[in-house]
Amino acid sequence: MNVKILEKPLNNSYELREVYADTLISIAKNNSKIVALEADLMGAIKMKKYLDIYPNNFINCGIMEANMVGIASGLALRGFIPFMHTFGVFATRRCFDQLFLSIGYADLNLKIIGSDAGVSAAHNGGTHMPFEDLGLMRLIPNATVIEITDWVMFQDLLKQVVNIHGIHYLRIVRKTMLQIYDEGSRFTIGEGIVLREGNDATVIATGIMIKEALEAHKMLLKEDIHISIIDLFTIKPIDQELVIKYAKKTGLIITAENHNIIGGLGSAVSKCLSESYPTKVIRIGVNERFGQVGTQDFLQKEYGLTAKDIVKAVKENL
Amino acid sequence: MKKFSNMIRLETLKMFKNRGFGHLGGSFSIIEVLSVLYLKIMEINPENPTWSDRDYLVLSKGHAGPALYATLALKGYFNKELLLTLNDNGTSLPSHCDRLKTPGIDMTTGSLGQGISSAVGIAKALKIEGKSNFVFTIVGDGELNEGQCFEAIQFASHHQLDNLVVFVDENKIQLDGFTKDISNQRDLVKKFKAFGFHSVRVNGHDEESILKSIKIALNTKGKPSLIILDTIKGKGIEEFENIVSNHHMRFSEDDLVIINRKIAELEEVTR
Repeated sequence: MNVKILEKPLNNSYELREVYADTLISIAKNNSKIVALEADLMGAIKMKKYLDIYPNNFINCGIMEANMVGIASGLALRGFIPFMHTFGVFATRRCFDQLFLSIGYADLNLKIIGSDAGVSAAHNGGTHMPFEDLGLMRLIPNATVIEITDWVMFQDLLKQVVNIHGIHYLRIVRKTMLQIYDEGSRFTIGEGIVLREGNDATVIATGIMIKEALEAHKMLLKEDIHISIIDLFTIKPIDQELVIKYAKKTGLIITAENHNIIGGLGSAVSKCLSESYPTKVIRIGVNERFGQVGTQDFLQKEYGLTAKDIVKAVKENL
Repeated sequence: MKKFSNMIRLETLKMFKNRGFGHLGGSFSIIEVLSVLYLKIMEINPENPTWSDRDYLVLSKGHAGPALYATLALKGYFNKELLLTLNDNGTSLPSHCDRLKTPGIDMTTGSLGQGISSAVGIAKALKIEGKSNFVFTIVGDGELNEGQCFEAIQFASHHQLDNLVVFVDENKIQLDGFTKDISNQRDLVKKFKAFGFHSVRVNGHDEESILKSIKIALNTKGKPSLIILDTIKGKGIEEFENIVSNHHMRFSEDDLVIINRKIAELEEVTR
Protein backbone atom coordinates (compact mmCIF):
# COMPACT_ATOMS: atom_id res chain seq x y z
CA MET A 1 0.00 0.00 0.00
CA ASN A 2 1.28 3.45 -0.90
CA VAL A 3 -1.50 5.80 0.03
CA LYS A 4 -1.14 9.55 0.26
CA ILE A 5 -3.82 11.20 2.34
CA LEU A 6 -4.63 14.74 1.24
CA GLU A 7 -4.05 17.24 4.00
CA LYS A 8 -7.27 18.92 3.04
CA PRO A 9 -9.94 16.82 1.31
CA LEU A 10 -11.01 18.15 -2.08
CA ASN A 11 -14.41 18.74 -3.55
CA ASN A 12 -13.51 17.12 -6.87
CA SER A 13 -15.85 17.25 -9.85
CA TYR A 14 -14.68 13.91 -11.32
CA GLU A 15 -17.76 11.69 -11.05
CA LEU A 16 -17.22 8.03 -10.23
CA ARG A 17 -19.23 7.01 -13.27
CA GLU A 18 -16.75 8.89 -15.44
CA VAL A 19 -13.94 7.14 -13.60
CA TYR A 20 -15.53 3.77 -14.36
CA ALA A 21 -15.81 4.36 -18.10
CA ASP A 22 -12.40 6.05 -18.42
CA THR A 23 -10.61 3.38 -16.38
CA LEU A 24 -12.20 0.46 -18.21
CA ILE A 25 -11.24 2.09 -21.51
CA SER A 26 -7.65 2.37 -20.36
CA ILE A 27 -7.59 -1.21 -19.05
CA ALA A 28 -9.16 -2.58 -22.23
CA LYS A 29 -6.42 -0.99 -24.35
CA ASN A 30 -4.06 -3.72 -23.21
CA ASN A 31 -6.53 -6.43 -22.30
CA SER A 32 -8.87 -7.91 -24.91
CA LYS A 33 -10.53 -10.08 -22.26
CA ILE A 34 -12.47 -7.25 -20.61
CA VAL A 35 -16.22 -7.36 -21.26
CA ALA A 36 -18.51 -4.72 -19.73
CA LEU A 37 -22.08 -5.77 -19.03
CA GLU A 38 -25.03 -3.47 -18.47
CA ALA A 39 -28.71 -4.02 -17.77
CA ASP A 40 -30.12 -0.94 -19.47
CA LEU A 41 -28.29 1.54 -17.23
CA MET A 42 -25.50 2.41 -19.64
CA GLY A 43 -26.72 6.01 -19.69
CA ALA A 44 -26.73 6.27 -15.92
CA ILE A 45 -23.10 5.13 -15.70
CA LYS A 46 -22.01 6.97 -18.87
CA MET A 47 -20.55 3.88 -20.52
CA LYS A 48 -21.36 4.98 -24.06
CA LYS A 49 -17.81 6.19 -24.57
CA TYR A 50 -16.56 2.69 -23.74
CA LEU A 51 -19.12 1.16 -26.10
CA ASP A 52 -18.01 3.49 -28.90
CA ILE A 53 -14.43 2.24 -28.61
CA TYR A 54 -15.02 -1.43 -27.72
CA PRO A 55 -18.38 -2.45 -29.18
CA ASN A 56 -17.42 -6.13 -29.28
CA ASN A 57 -16.48 -6.15 -25.62
CA PHE A 58 -19.64 -4.51 -24.39
CA ILE A 59 -23.02 -6.16 -23.86
CA ASN A 60 -26.16 -4.31 -22.91
CA CYS A 61 -28.20 -7.27 -21.76
CA GLY A 62 -31.41 -5.35 -21.35
CA ILE A 63 -33.36 -5.30 -18.12
CA MET A 64 -32.48 -8.84 -17.06
CA GLU A 65 -30.07 -8.88 -14.14
CA ALA A 66 -30.40 -12.61 -13.41
CA ASN A 67 -29.55 -13.46 -16.99
CA MET A 68 -26.76 -10.87 -17.00
CA VAL A 69 -25.06 -12.81 -14.21
CA GLY A 70 -25.52 -16.03 -16.20
CA ILE A 71 -24.05 -14.43 -19.31
CA ALA A 72 -21.14 -13.24 -17.17
CA SER A 73 -20.60 -16.80 -15.94
CA GLY A 74 -20.42 -18.05 -19.53
CA LEU A 75 -17.96 -15.31 -20.46
CA ALA A 76 -15.86 -16.15 -17.41
CA LEU A 77 -15.84 -19.83 -18.39
CA ARG A 78 -14.16 -18.76 -21.65
CA GLY A 79 -11.57 -16.71 -19.78
CA PHE A 80 -13.13 -13.28 -20.20
CA ILE A 81 -13.11 -10.83 -17.28
CA PRO A 82 -16.67 -9.59 -16.96
CA PHE A 83 -17.44 -6.25 -15.32
CA MET A 84 -21.09 -5.88 -14.52
CA HIS A 85 -22.75 -2.67 -13.44
CA THR A 86 -26.22 -1.83 -12.25
CA PHE A 87 -27.72 -0.09 -9.24
CA GLY A 88 -26.67 -1.82 -6.01
CA VAL A 89 -30.17 -3.06 -5.28
CA PHE A 90 -30.37 -4.86 -8.62
CA ALA A 91 -26.73 -5.94 -8.64
CA THR A 92 -27.20 -7.93 -5.44
CA ARG A 93 -30.78 -8.43 -4.23
CA ARG A 94 -32.29 -8.96 -7.63
CA CYS A 95 -29.87 -11.69 -8.69
CA PHE A 96 -28.48 -13.04 -5.44
CA ASP A 97 -28.95 -16.75 -6.15
CA GLN A 98 -27.32 -16.31 -9.56
CA LEU A 99 -24.33 -14.59 -7.96
CA PHE A 100 -24.16 -17.16 -5.22
CA LEU A 101 -24.32 -20.27 -7.42
CA SER A 102 -23.41 -19.44 -11.02
CA ILE A 103 -20.46 -17.28 -9.92
CA GLY A 104 -19.52 -17.95 -6.28
CA TYR A 105 -20.19 -21.66 -5.95
CA ALA A 106 -18.88 -22.26 -9.47
CA ASP A 107 -15.71 -20.29 -8.58
CA LEU A 108 -15.93 -17.93 -11.54
CA ASN A 109 -14.61 -14.45 -12.10
CA LEU A 110 -16.89 -11.41 -11.90
CA LYS A 111 -16.39 -7.78 -11.03
CA ILE A 112 -19.59 -6.15 -9.85
CA ILE A 113 -20.08 -2.41 -9.65
CA GLY A 114 -23.10 -1.63 -7.47
CA SER A 115 -23.89 2.05 -7.83
CA ASP A 116 -26.06 4.50 -5.94
CA ALA A 117 -24.84 3.35 -2.53
CA GLY A 118 -27.46 3.75 0.21
CA VAL A 119 -28.89 7.24 0.57
CA SER A 120 -27.04 8.44 -2.53
CA ALA A 121 -29.95 6.87 -4.46
CA ALA A 122 -31.78 9.99 -3.22
CA HIS A 123 -34.79 10.73 -5.42
CA ASN A 124 -35.02 7.22 -6.82
CA GLY A 125 -36.26 6.36 -3.34
CA GLY A 126 -36.77 3.22 -1.32
CA THR A 127 -37.04 0.85 -4.27
CA HIS A 128 -33.59 1.86 -5.49
CA MET A 129 -31.82 2.43 -2.17
CA PRO A 130 -29.47 -0.39 -1.15
CA PHE A 131 -29.07 -0.75 2.61
CA GLU A 132 -28.42 -4.50 2.45
CA ASP A 133 -26.13 -5.09 -0.54
CA LEU A 134 -22.94 -5.36 1.51
CA GLY A 135 -24.59 -7.80 3.89
CA LEU A 136 -25.75 -10.01 1.04
CA MET A 137 -22.37 -10.00 -0.65
CA ARG A 138 -20.57 -10.81 2.61
CA LEU A 139 -22.56 -14.04 2.70
CA ILE A 140 -20.95 -15.36 -0.48
CA PRO A 141 -18.01 -17.37 0.87
CA ASN A 142 -15.40 -16.34 -1.71
CA ALA A 143 -16.50 -12.75 -2.37
CA THR A 144 -14.42 -9.65 -1.71
CA VAL A 145 -16.61 -6.78 -0.56
CA ILE A 146 -15.47 -3.19 -0.93
CA GLU A 147 -17.04 0.22 -0.41
CA ILE A 148 -15.22 2.85 -2.43
CA THR A 149 -14.14 6.06 -0.67
CA ASP A 150 -13.26 8.37 -3.55
CA TRP A 151 -12.39 8.43 -7.25
CA VAL A 152 -8.68 7.84 -6.65
CA MET A 153 -9.42 4.60 -4.82
CA PHE A 154 -11.99 3.52 -7.43
CA GLN A 155 -9.56 4.02 -10.27
CA ASP A 156 -6.79 2.11 -8.51
CA LEU A 157 -8.97 -0.78 -7.39
CA LEU A 158 -10.57 -1.22 -10.82
CA LYS A 159 -7.06 -1.68 -12.20
CA GLN A 160 -6.18 -4.11 -9.41
CA VAL A 161 -9.24 -6.38 -9.52
CA VAL A 162 -8.71 -7.09 -13.22
CA ASN A 163 -5.79 -9.25 -12.19
CA ILE A 164 -7.40 -11.04 -9.25
CA HIS A 165 -9.64 -14.06 -9.79
CA GLY A 166 -13.02 -14.17 -8.07
CA ILE A 167 -16.01 -12.06 -7.15
CA HIS A 168 -15.33 -8.45 -6.28
CA TYR A 169 -18.20 -6.24 -5.24
CA LEU A 170 -17.33 -2.55 -5.52
CA ARG A 171 -20.00 -0.34 -4.01
CA ILE A 172 -19.91 3.21 -5.33
CA VAL A 173 -21.65 6.53 -5.26
CA ARG A 174 -22.37 7.19 -8.94
CA LYS A 175 -21.59 10.90 -8.92
CA THR A 176 -18.98 12.86 -6.96
CA MET A 177 -17.39 11.97 -3.65
CA LEU A 178 -15.12 14.02 -1.44
CA GLN A 179 -11.54 13.30 -2.52
CA ILE A 180 -9.59 11.95 0.46
CA TYR A 181 -6.54 10.51 -1.28
CA ASP A 182 -3.96 12.01 -3.55
CA GLU A 183 -3.80 10.90 -7.15
CA GLY A 184 -1.59 7.91 -7.73
CA SER A 185 -2.27 6.35 -4.32
CA ARG A 186 -1.99 2.57 -4.29
CA PHE A 187 -4.36 0.71 -2.01
CA THR A 188 -4.09 -2.80 -0.61
CA ILE A 189 -7.31 -4.79 -0.57
CA GLY A 190 -7.90 -6.03 2.96
CA GLU A 191 -5.91 -3.28 4.66
CA GLY A 192 -7.67 -0.37 6.32
CA ILE A 193 -6.23 3.15 6.32
CA VAL A 194 -5.76 5.29 9.40
CA LEU A 195 -6.87 8.81 8.47
CA ARG A 196 -6.61 10.46 11.88
CA GLU A 197 -4.93 9.49 15.13
CA GLY A 198 -6.49 10.03 18.56
CA ASN A 199 -6.69 8.08 21.81
CA ASP A 200 -10.26 8.63 23.01
CA ALA A 201 -12.26 6.58 20.52
CA THR A 202 -11.97 5.14 17.03
CA VAL A 203 -14.46 5.79 14.27
CA ILE A 204 -14.36 3.12 11.60
CA ALA A 205 -16.17 4.35 8.51
CA THR A 206 -16.72 3.66 4.82
CA GLY A 207 -17.98 5.52 1.75
CA ILE A 208 -19.80 8.80 2.35
CA MET A 209 -19.43 8.34 6.11
CA ILE A 210 -15.69 9.11 5.84
CA LYS A 211 -16.59 12.74 5.15
CA GLU A 212 -18.89 12.77 8.19
CA ALA A 213 -16.22 11.18 10.36
CA LEU A 214 -13.69 13.84 9.35
CA GLU A 215 -16.15 16.56 10.24
CA ALA A 216 -16.91 14.86 13.55
CA HIS A 217 -13.17 14.76 14.21
CA LYS A 218 -12.97 18.54 13.83
CA MET A 219 -16.03 19.13 15.99
CA LEU A 220 -14.70 16.89 18.76
CA LEU A 221 -11.26 18.53 18.72
CA LYS A 222 -12.92 21.73 19.86
CA GLU A 223 -14.02 19.85 22.95
CA ASP A 224 -10.56 18.33 23.40
CA ILE A 225 -11.78 14.89 22.36
CA HIS A 226 -9.35 13.11 20.11
CA ILE A 227 -10.59 10.32 17.86
CA SER A 228 -8.89 8.02 15.43
CA ILE A 229 -10.51 7.49 12.07
CA ILE A 230 -10.07 4.36 10.00
CA ASP A 231 -11.22 3.98 6.41
CA LEU A 232 -12.08 0.29 6.36
CA PHE A 233 -12.95 0.21 2.66
CA THR A 234 -12.52 -3.57 2.46
CA ILE A 235 -15.39 -4.94 4.50
CA LYS A 236 -14.49 -8.50 3.58
CA PRO A 237 -11.87 -9.74 4.22
CA ILE A 238 -11.73 -7.43 7.21
CA ASP A 239 -8.45 -5.99 8.47
CA GLN A 240 -8.68 -7.75 11.82
CA GLU A 241 -5.23 -6.73 12.96
CA LEU A 242 -5.91 -3.02 12.51
CA VAL A 243 -9.37 -3.18 14.11
CA ILE A 244 -8.01 -4.97 17.18
CA LYS A 245 -5.04 -2.60 17.39
CA TYR A 246 -7.34 0.43 17.58
CA ALA A 247 -9.76 -1.32 19.94
CA LYS A 248 -6.80 -1.81 22.28
CA LYS A 249 -5.60 1.73 21.74
CA THR A 250 -8.88 3.58 22.29
CA GLY A 251 -11.20 1.11 24.04
CA LEU A 252 -14.24 2.36 22.12
CA ILE A 253 -15.22 1.72 18.51
CA ILE A 254 -17.88 3.59 16.56
CA THR A 255 -18.73 2.20 13.13
CA ALA A 256 -20.37 4.49 10.58
CA GLU A 257 -21.95 3.16 7.41
CA ASN A 258 -24.47 4.17 4.77
CA HIS A 259 -26.12 0.73 5.11
CA ASN A 260 -28.25 -1.30 7.46
CA ILE A 261 -26.36 -1.83 10.72
CA ILE A 262 -27.12 -5.52 10.19
CA GLY A 263 -24.86 -7.23 7.71
CA GLY A 264 -22.39 -4.52 6.78
CA LEU A 265 -19.43 -2.75 8.36
CA GLY A 266 -20.86 -2.65 11.90
CA SER A 267 -21.60 -6.35 11.85
CA ALA A 268 -18.21 -7.22 10.43
CA VAL A 269 -16.34 -5.13 13.01
CA SER A 270 -18.51 -6.45 15.87
CA LYS A 271 -17.88 -10.03 14.86
CA CYS A 272 -14.17 -9.44 14.64
CA LEU A 273 -13.97 -7.83 18.09
CA SER A 274 -16.44 -10.02 19.95
CA GLU A 275 -14.42 -13.07 19.03
CA SER A 276 -10.94 -11.67 19.43
CA TYR A 277 -10.93 -8.62 21.71
CA PRO A 278 -14.32 -7.78 23.22
CA THR A 279 -14.74 -4.03 23.03
CA LYS A 280 -17.75 -1.74 23.08
CA VAL A 281 -18.92 -1.13 19.50
CA ILE A 282 -21.56 1.49 18.69
CA ARG A 283 -22.99 1.06 15.21
CA ILE A 284 -24.10 4.12 13.29
CA GLY A 285 -26.11 3.24 10.23
CA VAL A 286 -29.62 2.58 9.02
CA ASN A 287 -31.46 0.85 11.80
CA GLU A 288 -33.85 -1.70 10.26
CA ARG A 289 -35.63 0.71 7.97
CA PHE A 290 -36.43 0.88 4.28
CA GLY A 291 -35.31 3.74 2.05
CA GLN A 292 -37.40 6.66 0.85
CA VAL A 293 -37.18 9.60 -1.55
CA GLY A 294 -35.37 12.76 -0.60
CA THR A 295 -32.19 14.74 -1.05
CA GLN A 296 -29.07 13.06 0.26
CA ASP A 297 -28.75 15.69 3.01
CA PHE A 298 -32.32 15.07 4.15
CA LEU A 299 -31.84 11.32 4.10
CA GLN A 300 -28.59 11.45 6.04
CA LYS A 301 -30.37 13.40 8.76
CA GLU A 302 -33.41 11.13 8.60
CA TYR A 303 -31.35 7.96 9.10
CA GLY A 304 -28.82 9.43 11.52
CA LEU A 305 -25.86 9.41 9.14
CA THR A 306 -24.27 12.79 9.92
CA ALA A 307 -21.18 14.11 11.66
CA LYS A 308 -23.44 15.22 14.52
CA ASP A 309 -24.63 11.63 14.99
CA ILE A 310 -21.03 10.47 15.21
CA VAL A 311 -20.16 13.21 17.70
CA LYS A 312 -23.16 12.28 19.83
CA ALA A 313 -22.25 8.59 19.79
CA VAL A 314 -18.66 9.32 20.78
CA LYS A 315 -19.59 11.64 23.63
CA GLU A 316 -22.29 9.39 25.01
CA ASN A 317 -19.95 6.44 25.18
CA LEU A 318 -16.65 7.90 26.30
CA MET B 1 -26.30 -45.29 -30.83
CA LYS B 2 -29.03 -47.50 -29.40
CA LYS B 3 -26.40 -49.67 -27.76
CA PHE B 4 -24.66 -46.63 -26.28
CA SER B 5 -28.01 -45.42 -24.92
CA ASN B 6 -28.51 -48.80 -23.29
CA MET B 7 -25.02 -48.64 -21.80
CA ILE B 8 -25.72 -45.20 -20.32
CA ARG B 9 -29.07 -46.38 -18.97
CA LEU B 10 -27.43 -49.44 -17.42
CA GLU B 11 -24.68 -47.48 -15.68
CA THR B 12 -27.14 -44.83 -14.49
CA LEU B 13 -29.44 -47.47 -13.08
CA LYS B 14 -26.58 -49.17 -11.27
CA MET B 15 -25.69 -45.83 -9.66
CA PHE B 16 -29.23 -45.31 -8.42
CA LYS B 17 -29.51 -48.89 -7.19
CA ASN B 18 -26.29 -48.56 -5.26
CA ARG B 19 -27.40 -45.29 -3.69
CA GLY B 20 -30.95 -46.48 -3.02
CA PHE B 21 -32.55 -43.25 -4.20
CA GLY B 22 -32.17 -40.51 -6.77
CA HIS B 23 -33.57 -38.40 -9.60
CA LEU B 24 -34.37 -41.36 -11.79
CA GLY B 25 -37.21 -40.00 -13.93
CA GLY B 26 -35.47 -36.93 -15.35
CA SER B 27 -32.18 -38.77 -15.78
CA PHE B 28 -33.76 -41.52 -17.87
CA SER B 29 -35.67 -39.11 -20.11
CA ILE B 30 -32.46 -37.48 -21.44
CA ILE B 31 -30.37 -40.58 -22.07
CA GLU B 32 -30.92 -40.73 -25.83
CA VAL B 33 -29.94 -37.11 -26.40
CA LEU B 34 -26.78 -37.62 -24.32
CA SER B 35 -26.02 -40.73 -26.35
CA VAL B 36 -26.33 -38.88 -29.67
CA LEU B 37 -24.40 -35.82 -28.49
CA TYR B 38 -21.45 -37.69 -27.02
CA LEU B 39 -21.26 -40.41 -29.67
CA LYS B 40 -21.98 -38.52 -32.86
CA ILE B 41 -21.94 -34.76 -32.43
CA MET B 42 -19.72 -33.19 -29.82
CA GLU B 43 -16.06 -32.43 -30.43
CA ILE B 44 -14.51 -33.34 -27.10
CA ASN B 45 -11.30 -34.65 -25.62
CA PRO B 46 -11.89 -36.79 -22.52
CA GLU B 47 -8.16 -36.76 -21.79
CA ASN B 48 -8.25 -32.97 -21.74
CA PRO B 49 -11.72 -32.09 -20.47
CA THR B 50 -11.10 -28.33 -20.58
CA TRP B 51 -9.75 -28.37 -24.14
CA SER B 52 -10.46 -24.89 -25.48
CA ASP B 53 -11.80 -26.04 -28.85
CA ARG B 54 -14.34 -28.45 -27.40
CA ASP B 55 -18.08 -28.24 -27.76
CA TYR B 56 -19.88 -27.48 -24.51
CA LEU B 57 -22.79 -29.12 -22.78
CA VAL B 58 -24.50 -27.33 -19.92
CA LEU B 59 -26.99 -29.61 -18.20
CA SER B 60 -29.29 -26.86 -16.97
CA LYS B 61 -31.56 -29.45 -15.36
CA GLY B 62 -28.65 -30.24 -13.07
CA HIS B 63 -30.54 -32.89 -11.10
CA ALA B 64 -30.12 -35.25 -14.07
CA GLY B 65 -26.39 -35.29 -13.35
CA PRO B 66 -26.26 -39.08 -12.87
CA ALA B 67 -27.15 -39.73 -16.53
CA LEU B 68 -24.41 -37.35 -17.61
CA TYR B 69 -21.88 -38.88 -15.20
CA ALA B 70 -22.57 -42.32 -16.69
CA THR B 71 -22.06 -40.89 -20.18
CA LEU B 72 -18.82 -39.17 -19.21
CA ALA B 73 -17.47 -42.34 -17.59
CA LEU B 74 -18.31 -44.38 -20.67
CA LYS B 75 -16.49 -41.78 -22.79
CA GLY B 76 -13.41 -42.15 -20.59
CA TYR B 77 -13.44 -38.90 -18.64
CA PHE B 78 -13.00 -40.89 -15.45
CA ASN B 79 -13.05 -44.45 -14.17
CA LYS B 80 -16.41 -46.19 -14.29
CA GLU B 81 -15.91 -47.40 -10.72
CA LEU B 82 -16.27 -43.80 -9.57
CA LEU B 83 -19.92 -43.92 -10.63
CA LEU B 84 -20.83 -45.93 -7.56
CA THR B 85 -19.69 -43.04 -5.35
CA LEU B 86 -22.70 -40.93 -6.41
CA ASN B 87 -23.69 -38.76 -3.44
CA ASP B 88 -21.19 -40.44 -1.10
CA ASN B 89 -19.72 -38.15 1.54
CA GLY B 90 -16.93 -36.21 -0.14
CA THR B 91 -17.71 -37.60 -3.60
CA SER B 92 -16.74 -35.99 -6.89
CA LEU B 93 -20.17 -36.97 -8.25
CA PRO B 94 -22.77 -34.89 -6.39
CA SER B 95 -26.51 -35.13 -7.10
CA HIS B 96 -26.34 -31.90 -9.11
CA CYS B 97 -23.60 -31.02 -11.61
CA ASP B 98 -20.50 -29.29 -10.26
CA ARG B 99 -17.82 -28.08 -12.66
CA LEU B 100 -15.22 -28.01 -9.90
CA LYS B 101 -15.71 -31.64 -8.89
CA THR B 102 -16.31 -33.71 -12.00
CA PRO B 103 -14.11 -33.89 -15.12
CA GLY B 104 -16.23 -33.13 -18.19
CA ILE B 105 -18.87 -31.08 -16.38
CA ASP B 106 -18.77 -27.72 -18.13
CA MET B 107 -20.90 -25.76 -15.70
CA THR B 108 -22.26 -25.99 -12.18
CA THR B 109 -26.05 -26.27 -12.24
CA GLY B 110 -28.89 -27.21 -9.96
CA SER B 111 -30.73 -23.98 -9.26
CA LEU B 112 -33.11 -24.20 -12.20
CA GLY B 113 -33.04 -21.56 -14.90
CA GLN B 114 -29.41 -20.65 -14.37
CA GLY B 115 -27.64 -23.17 -16.59
CA ILE B 116 -29.33 -21.96 -19.75
CA SER B 117 -28.06 -18.42 -19.07
CA SER B 118 -24.54 -19.74 -18.59
CA ALA B 119 -24.80 -21.70 -21.85
CA VAL B 120 -25.97 -18.58 -23.66
CA GLY B 121 -23.04 -16.70 -22.11
CA ILE B 122 -20.57 -19.29 -23.38
CA ALA B 123 -22.12 -19.06 -26.85
CA LYS B 124 -21.83 -15.27 -26.78
CA ALA B 125 -18.23 -15.52 -25.57
CA LEU B 126 -17.38 -17.86 -28.48
CA LYS B 127 -18.92 -15.36 -30.91
CA ILE B 128 -16.80 -12.56 -29.45
CA GLU B 129 -13.75 -14.78 -29.87
CA GLY B 130 -14.73 -15.73 -33.42
CA LYS B 131 -14.60 -19.42 -32.55
CA SER B 132 -16.69 -22.18 -34.11
CA ASN B 133 -17.33 -24.41 -31.08
CA PHE B 134 -20.96 -25.31 -30.43
CA VAL B 135 -22.83 -25.01 -27.14
CA PHE B 136 -25.60 -27.41 -26.16
CA THR B 137 -27.85 -27.08 -23.18
CA ILE B 138 -30.58 -29.34 -21.83
CA VAL B 139 -33.45 -27.65 -20.00
CA GLY B 140 -36.34 -29.39 -18.29
CA ASP B 141 -39.91 -28.58 -19.29
CA GLY B 142 -40.68 -27.94 -15.62
CA GLU B 143 -37.57 -25.76 -15.50
CA LEU B 144 -39.22 -23.47 -18.02
CA ASN B 145 -41.39 -22.26 -15.12
CA GLU B 146 -38.34 -20.17 -14.23
CA GLY B 147 -38.52 -16.72 -15.81
CA GLN B 148 -34.74 -16.59 -16.20
CA CYS B 149 -35.05 -19.16 -19.01
CA PHE B 150 -36.96 -16.63 -21.06
CA GLU B 151 -34.44 -13.88 -20.32
CA ALA B 152 -31.77 -16.21 -21.68
CA ILE B 153 -33.88 -17.11 -24.70
CA GLN B 154 -34.51 -13.45 -25.57
CA PHE B 155 -30.80 -12.76 -25.26
CA ALA B 156 -29.80 -15.73 -27.43
CA SER B 157 -32.23 -14.72 -30.13
CA HIS B 158 -31.29 -11.04 -30.04
CA HIS B 159 -27.60 -11.92 -30.35
CA GLN B 160 -28.30 -14.43 -33.15
CA LEU B 161 -26.40 -17.19 -31.36
CA ASP B 162 -26.53 -19.85 -34.07
CA ASN B 163 -23.79 -21.74 -32.22
CA LEU B 164 -26.34 -22.61 -29.52
CA VAL B 165 -28.75 -25.53 -29.43
CA VAL B 166 -31.27 -25.63 -26.60
CA PHE B 167 -32.94 -28.96 -25.86
CA VAL B 168 -36.11 -28.99 -23.82
CA ASP B 169 -36.71 -32.35 -22.21
CA GLU B 170 -40.46 -32.38 -22.47
CA ASN B 171 -41.16 -35.30 -20.17
CA LYS B 172 -44.36 -33.59 -19.02
CA ILE B 173 -43.88 -34.14 -15.30
CA GLN B 174 -42.27 -32.02 -12.61
CA LEU B 175 -41.79 -32.70 -8.92
CA ASP B 176 -45.33 -31.91 -7.80
CA GLY B 177 -47.25 -33.22 -10.79
CA PHE B 178 -47.92 -32.84 -14.49
CA THR B 179 -46.44 -29.66 -15.97
CA LYS B 180 -49.71 -28.90 -17.76
CA ASP B 181 -51.50 -28.83 -14.39
CA ILE B 182 -48.90 -26.73 -12.57
CA SER B 183 -48.02 -24.10 -15.18
CA ASN B 184 -49.23 -24.97 -18.64
CA GLN B 185 -46.39 -24.41 -21.14
CA ARG B 186 -48.77 -24.65 -24.10
CA ASP B 187 -47.13 -25.04 -27.52
CA LEU B 188 -43.40 -24.72 -26.95
CA VAL B 189 -42.54 -24.97 -30.65
CA LYS B 190 -44.71 -21.95 -31.42
CA LYS B 191 -43.52 -20.13 -28.35
CA PHE B 192 -39.83 -20.51 -29.25
CA LYS B 193 -40.54 -19.64 -32.89
CA ALA B 194 -42.10 -16.41 -31.68
CA PHE B 195 -38.86 -15.75 -29.73
CA GLY B 196 -36.94 -16.10 -33.01
CA PHE B 197 -35.61 -19.63 -32.67
CA HIS B 198 -35.40 -22.41 -35.24
CA SER B 199 -37.77 -24.68 -33.39
CA VAL B 200 -38.73 -28.35 -33.80
CA ARG B 201 -40.16 -31.23 -31.81
CA VAL B 202 -38.75 -34.75 -32.13
CA ASN B 203 -39.19 -38.11 -30.47
CA GLY B 204 -36.69 -37.76 -27.64
CA HIS B 205 -36.09 -41.49 -27.44
CA ASP B 206 -35.32 -42.00 -31.13
CA GLU B 207 -31.62 -41.47 -31.67
CA GLU B 208 -31.88 -41.17 -35.46
CA SER B 209 -34.49 -38.39 -35.22
CA ILE B 210 -32.44 -36.55 -32.61
CA LEU B 211 -29.30 -36.83 -34.73
CA LYS B 212 -31.06 -35.53 -37.82
CA SER B 213 -32.57 -32.61 -35.94
CA ILE B 214 -29.21 -31.62 -34.43
CA LYS B 215 -27.52 -31.67 -37.83
CA ILE B 216 -30.20 -29.35 -39.21
CA ALA B 217 -29.83 -27.11 -36.14
CA LEU B 218 -26.08 -26.85 -36.58
CA ASN B 219 -26.57 -25.76 -40.16
CA THR B 220 -29.17 -23.15 -39.28
CA LYS B 221 -27.53 -19.75 -39.53
CA GLY B 222 -28.42 -16.43 -37.92
CA LYS B 223 -30.55 -17.81 -35.10
CA PRO B 224 -30.32 -20.23 -32.19
CA SER B 225 -32.10 -23.57 -32.31
CA LEU B 226 -34.54 -25.29 -30.05
CA ILE B 227 -35.13 -29.02 -30.16
CA ILE B 228 -38.00 -30.19 -28.03
CA LEU B 229 -37.45 -33.75 -26.99
CA ASP B 230 -40.80 -35.46 -26.63
CA THR B 231 -39.86 -37.84 -23.85
CA ILE B 232 -41.15 -40.17 -21.19
CA LYS B 233 -40.07 -39.49 -17.64
CA GLY B 234 -38.42 -42.66 -16.34
CA LYS B 235 -38.09 -44.05 -19.88
CA GLY B 236 -36.80 -47.59 -20.02
CA ILE B 237 -38.41 -49.11 -16.95
CA GLU B 238 -42.03 -49.64 -17.80
CA GLU B 239 -43.19 -49.84 -14.19
CA PHE B 240 -41.63 -46.45 -13.39
CA GLU B 241 -42.52 -44.62 -16.60
CA ASN B 242 -44.76 -41.58 -16.44
CA ILE B 243 -45.62 -41.89 -12.77
CA VAL B 244 -45.57 -38.55 -11.00
CA SER B 245 -43.49 -39.91 -8.13
CA ASN B 246 -40.53 -40.84 -10.36
CA HIS B 247 -38.88 -37.39 -10.16
CA HIS B 248 -36.97 -38.49 -7.08
CA MET B 249 -37.41 -42.13 -6.05
CA ARG B 250 -36.45 -43.98 -2.92
CA PHE B 251 -36.53 -47.63 -3.90
CA SER B 252 -38.71 -50.18 -2.12
CA GLU B 253 -37.99 -53.92 -2.06
CA ASP B 254 -40.44 -54.32 -4.95
CA ASP B 255 -38.70 -51.54 -6.89
CA LEU B 256 -35.36 -53.30 -6.41
CA VAL B 257 -36.74 -56.49 -7.92
CA ILE B 258 -37.75 -54.47 -10.98
CA ILE B 259 -34.39 -52.70 -11.07
CA ASN B 260 -32.44 -55.97 -10.83
CA ARG B 261 -34.46 -57.44 -13.65
CA LYS B 262 -33.84 -54.34 -15.78
CA ILE B 263 -30.12 -54.40 -15.03
CA ALA B 264 -29.97 -58.03 -16.20
CA GLU B 265 -31.83 -57.14 -19.39
CA LEU B 266 -29.57 -54.16 -20.12
CA GLU B 267 -26.46 -56.22 -19.42
CA GLU B 268 -27.71 -58.74 -21.93
CA VAL B 269 -28.31 -56.20 -24.71
CA THR B 270 -25.08 -54.29 -24.12
CA ARG B 271 -22.86 -57.35 -23.97
